[in-house]
Amino acid sequence: MVPLSYYLLLSGILFVCGVLGFLLKRNIITIFMSIELMLNGVNLSFVAFAAHWQRLSGQVFVFFVMVVAAAEAAVGLAIIIAVYRTRETLNVDQVNLLKL
Amino acid sequence: MTPQTLSALLCTIPLLPLAGAAINGFFGRKASKQAISAVSLVFCGAAFAVAAVVAVNFSSAAAPYSFNLAHWIRSGDFTVDFEFYLDQLSLVMLLVVTGVGFLIHIYSVGYMWDDDGYYRFMSYLNLFMFFMLTLVLAKNYLLMFIGWEGVGLASYLLIGFWFIKDSAASAGKKAFIVNRIGDFGFLIALFLIIKHFHSLDFTKVFEQVATRPIETAGTGLLTSIGLLLMVGAAGKSAQIPLYVWLPDAMEGPTPVSALIHAATMVTAGVYMVARSHMIFERAPGAMTVVAIIGTLTALFAATIGIAQTDIKKVLAYSTISQLGYMLMACGVAAFSAGIFHLMTHAFFKGLLFLAAGSVIHGVGGEQDMRKMGGLREYMPVTFLTMGIATLAIAGIPPLAGFWSKDEILWKAYSSQYGSWVFWLIGLVTAFITSFYMFRLLFMTFFGEYRGATGAEYHGHDDPGHGTHDARTGVSAPHGHEPHESPWVMLAPLVILAVLSLVGGFVGYGNRFEHFLAPVFQSGAPELAQGAGEVASKTTEYLLMGASILVGLLGWGLAYLLYCRLPQLPARIAESLGGLYQAVVNKYYVDELYAILFVKPVVEGSTSILWHGVDQGVIDATVNNTADSARHISDEVRHMQSGNLRSYAGWIAAGGAVVIAYMIWMGVR
Repeated sequence: MVPLSYYLLLSGILFVCGVLGFLLKRNIITIFMSIELMLNGVNLSFVAFAAHWQRLSGQVFVFFVMVVAAAEAAVGLAIIIAVYRTRETLNVDQVNLLKL
Repeated sequence: MTPQTLSALLCTIPLLPLAGAAINGFFGRKASKQAISAVSLVFCGAAFAVAAVVAVNFSSAAAPYSFNLAHWIRSGDFTVDFEFYLDQLSLVMLLVVTGVGFLIHIYSVGYMWDDDGYYRFMSYLNLFMFFMLTLVLAKNYLLMFIGWEGVGLASYLLIGFWFIKDSAASAGKKAFIVNRIGDFGFLIALFLIIKHFHSLDFTKVFEQVATRPIETAGTGLLTSIGLLLMVGAAGKSAQIPLYVWLPDAMEGPTPVSALIHAATMVTAGVYMVARSHMIFERAPGAMTVVAIIGTLTALFAATIGIAQTDIKKVLAYSTISQLGYMLMACGVAAFSAGIFHLMTHAFFKGLLFLAAGSVIHGVGGEQDMRKMGGLREYMPVTFLTMGIATLAIAGIPPLAGFWSKDEILWKAYSSQYGSWVFWLIGLVTAFITSFYMFRLLFMTFFGEYRGATGAEYHGHDDPGHGTHDARTGVSAPHGHEPHESPWVMLAPLVILAVLSLVGGFVGYGNRFEHFLAPVFQSGAPELAQGAGEVASKTTEYLLMGASILVGLLGWGLAYLLYCRLPQLPARIAESLGGLYQAVVNKYYVDELYAILFVKPVVEGSTSILWHGVDQGVIDATVNNTADSARHISDEVRHMQSGNLRSYAGWIAAGGAVVIAYMIWMGVR
């Protein structure tokens, strides 16, 4: 049996990859994918704990996260398309109309 | 009529004018002038009618009557109610206030008819009647104080009636503020009474006062209360040092000067002192102060009256002087003489003011006596009535003023609290009074008309007319000869003239004193024995002769100076130089007060309170708080770059901080 710490390590690596991608990438779709990566990194630690403690709540939580992620993906992609149609770019540094 | 019915009628007397004031005040703006006059006269007349009914059914045996209208303050065993009270003293005041007040209401209809604020004026007059009647009918000091403040309010509103004129607005403020000083003393007196007697009800307070010994040596509680009450009386009744507001109050319409600033309101102080006679009788020190202030004021104001050229200002100083007489009488424990003079003064001084108003009306708004003269032929009724009033105030027998003034002078001499000094100063004042009143009469009605007629009139309409009665200045037919006033104005003059003629006879054979005796006899018993025996009948007639003589002398001197030798007054004035200037400028008292009180207050308020406290502390706190919030925000707002990745960076940094904190704190 694979020890828990391996899962957690992998989960952490995935999460950090997501954070780095989120912070460093400029393409909005890449950023979006980085968010998904972070979510899945967390999901992995959820199921790892669930398996380790023999509790179902972790598993259930993962389903919730996946549902929310799916909804978010739907909304998020719609926004990305809308942004692209008006700004004709996917570079977030150029989508900065909110600043003072 | 049973005493119960009579008592119940009491509360309707003040409430009727209040209803009139409310109707005219709320609905008068759109009503016709006829309707306004009708409401005002009917409600005021009804108050007079009820007062007359009460007077007819008044029986000295059943008095005092009282009627409790409603509870007001109930705090433990301390109670103050809306309770009315009628004894001989309030009955006299009641009749004077409603009677003279009603006549002046009638007169106002004619005088104020063309004014835009007619409804306002009539409403204020009725309001004044309400407060004045509350004042004289109150059964406790607090209700009296309501009336006291209320007449002050009405006075303020009416002095500043032509508030567009700067001088009128500031005269109103001056009256209000100077009266505040007096009210301050009155209030402190009330606090002392509450503290030591646990009640404000006249009956209850005086019962307790009666058990106290007379404070012959030094000062005590009653002396303090008496002096503080006198401060209040000095404010309301325009005595030294608080008299300065009354001459300025002449900025108001003339009926107001007659009603409020001559006949009724200003006598409130005298009434209050007389009402509190129990306190004063047991505080001889306070009484002496009252007598001294009254005597000095009488003389002081009379001397100023000599040199005034504005017809209303002469009457104003005359009023102050006569009020001084009344307080002098109170100060020598001759309260009934003071109230007697109050009544006759209401007749003849009300008449003098109304007649002066008629003159001002007739000559088109002119108030300067130097521009009048010879009006006898143009306005015979006004001349006749004013002549009667002048004879009355000068103390020529058998007119009203003679009886009351002589009574006061006799009491000032003979009372155990009196002294020949008071008598002598009173006599000198009587001489001066006679002189300046006949001077007024001669300058106004005799000689040649010195005012401008015809086209000339328009020429001098613009400059220097700021001080005139604005209404008459506007409405009087310009460019005409002086004319007699309409009968609606003359009728009150005639009635008051009759009262001035015969009003003094109620005092014949001390009947007035005997009528008021139940009110005043309850005082210190030592007093009753002491008075009267001091001087003999011969002395009384001798002093009476002296006071008639000075009245005639004043008349003669005025005749000599202003009819026979009209050049002489100017020459005398010239030779007197500085003294004359001082009198013309009212002894520079206003200027002195301006330096001593007004200027320090204004400058202190400006530099310390305004620039220092208000701007430096209060405003600065608020502004600096707002400013620092703005500056901090100005710095922090750069975080909102609009750049998605910088936001993400902040989130990540925040997350890192939270994680670091949790690790550092050892949270597992």
